[in-house]
Amino acid sequence: MNNRDNFLKGLWSEHPVFRQLLGMCPTLAVTTSAKNGLYMGMAVIFVLTFSSLVVSLIKKIVPNQVRIAVYTVIIATFVTVVDIFFKAYIPDMSRQLGPYLPLIIVNCIILGRCEAFASKNNLKKSTIDALGMSAGFTWGLFVLGSIRELFGSGMILGFTILGKNYNPLIVMILPAGAFIVLGLLVAGMNRLEQK
Amino acid sequence: MKETLRIIGVLTSVCLVCAFLLALVYSRAAEKIEVNQNQRLKTAIANLAPGAEKVEEVSLGDSTIFKLSDKKQKLIGYAFLAQGQGYQDKIAILAVIDVSFGKLSGIEILESSETPGLGGKIQETDFLKQFKQLPVNNGLECVKTEAQADGQIKAITGATVSSRAVVDTINKKLVVLKSEIKNLK
Repeated sequence: MNNRDNFLKGLWSEHPVFRQLLGMCPTLAVTTSAKNGLYMGMAVIFVLTFSSLVVSLIKKIVPNQVRIAVYTVIIATFVTVVDIFFKAYIPDMSRQLGPYLPLIIVNCIILGRCEAFASKNNLKKSTIDALGMSAGFTWGLFVLGSIRELFGSGMILGFTILGKNYNPLIVMILPAGAFIVLGLLVAGMNRLEQK
Repeated sequence: MKETLRIIGVLTSVCLVCAFLLALVYSRAAEKIEVNQNQRLKTAIANLAPGAEKVEEVSLGDSTIFKLSDKKQKLIGYAFLAQGQGYQDKIAILAVIDVSFGKLSGIEILESSETPGLGGKIQETDFLKQFKQLPVNNGLECVKTEAQADGQIKAITGATVSSRAVVDTINKKLVVLKSEIKNLK
């Protein structure tokens, strides 16, 4: 598989959320607004890319029996780095995302890609795969967050789109709305793939 | 045996490197994080006591308390921090109380990691508004039904532990502060 396809698969054909159905918890929980989705996505880009990089680098020296433990320590370290960074330089977003930022440690996408790809491929391929998957995760969260924010409060990224006469669908901000929109997006993608 | 040594060696090395990296990052950011926390405190006090022009930090026994004065230098109340164990992790509260320590002006939750959607609701207006102008002479009580007596707080449905934690934390701190109150001035 060439580099371009390796990268693009994470954006569409093997999308981590809409096709692989991984990392659903943060996807549903933080997409109450486009901005939250975007910042969560950026945190995951950092964690997934650097975790895959390190896992790929040390894949030959890690004994099989402890590989999951080792990957988890590495992932947890990068997540904590991101958490500290947010707390220091973007404290508002740190409060917005709350416990979901540290919870990236148990996001299946990260451990999944480390185990399924980074531990079995060279450094370049692993990094490109990580970038593609996390970019896909980010656009997915941004779209889901935008839809929920638009119909739930009439705004996107804080800019009012639907005027004062729009009566917001509060359910969109609640978990039920998250499930509904996510389901529709997955169905939509399946339909597009079928054609 | 060789296998086991290798396992121990790799795990230990990875953990050591990670610990070193984390210590490095944290030491660089610790100062900035403290600045942010102080800013958060200032904003919270401004929200709860809009008339406070001057905020003076004084120590009261082992605790710290903030004297709030208006622009005429008159004492209008006190602000204090309280911290306690919630359902998930610690909860940090800022409370503003009147000069006689008899009535809370209100509280703000500075830090909490409670369950989103349940315990997390302690940060919402519906729960916090119960603490506005709340008499604390007989201590606070967390109840599951509607609040009937003075000083009663209705717990959030499905989040009794978190709600109780907020009330207990404030109560404990009030007891400590009231015992030292004669040392004020």
